[in-house]
Amino acid sequence: MKKIALLATLITGAILLYSTKDFAPWGDPHSPASVHVSNVYIEKSVEQTHVPNIVTAILGDYRGYDTMFETVVIFSAGMAVIGVLRRPKE
Amino acid sequence: MKHLQEKAQSKPLGESLIVQTAVRMMIPFIQLFGLYVIVHGHYSPGGGFQGGVVLGASFILMALAYDLQKTFGYISERTNAILGSTGALIYTGTAALCAVLGGYFLDYSALAKIIPMNPIDWRSMGIFLVEVGVGLAVMNIMVSLFWDISSGGKMDEGL
Repeated sequence: MKKIALLATLITGAILLYSTKDFAPWGDPHSPASVHVSNVYIEKSVEQTHVPNIVTAILGDYRGYDTMFETVVIFSAGMAVIGVLRRPKE
Repeated sequence: MKHLQEKAQSKPLGESLIVQTAVRMMIPFIQLFGLYVIVHGHYSPGGGFQGGVVLGASFILMALAYDLQKTFGYISERTNAILGSTGALIYTGTAALCAVLGGYFLDYSALAKIIPMNPIDWRSMGIFLVEVGVGLAVMNIMVSLFWDISSGGKMDEGL
């Protein structure tokens, strides 16, 4: 069983390594990730939100849903730990 | 020398005068830095998550150097839970308020209907409100996670 697992891991790793050949070069301005919305953020974020830090503008405004549910996930994780571990004093 | 070694072994680990004094002097600065990271997130790296973690780390440091009872003197369990819930509520409440006021969900420029201000400036202001909520939630959840896990839920002395 262990040998099959090792084989599966090796094959998956080899496929992943092989697929990295198709990645765009590091810092390529024409790669798909750089031509979609990044330019809009870089050009418009200051005039649309008046926040000099693009990262904060994206995190808090353009990607507000993501940050909101991150907070909700952290909150529910904390509540779950309290619910499981906390016990009243005897 | 032997006397000192025996004395050190009889005391609980971490109950050292040097550590406690150093921690007592460091904590105000750590908390000030945490607040700075939260409010300065608009201009420098930082924001609610990072600042909240720094704020929570100051309480965890106190709990490590002293014990859990000492931290309850500064922030009780009830206050902690209320503040954490308030943090999550500030974020979702701000977002819902925008929708109620006629904008989109999470579109902070709709808040200009409450306090007249440039809608673009309100988007910046809304991000700040939201970051404060995130900071509160992260800080209190981190502290309560440490309390629960270090004492096994009994909230006695801790580690």
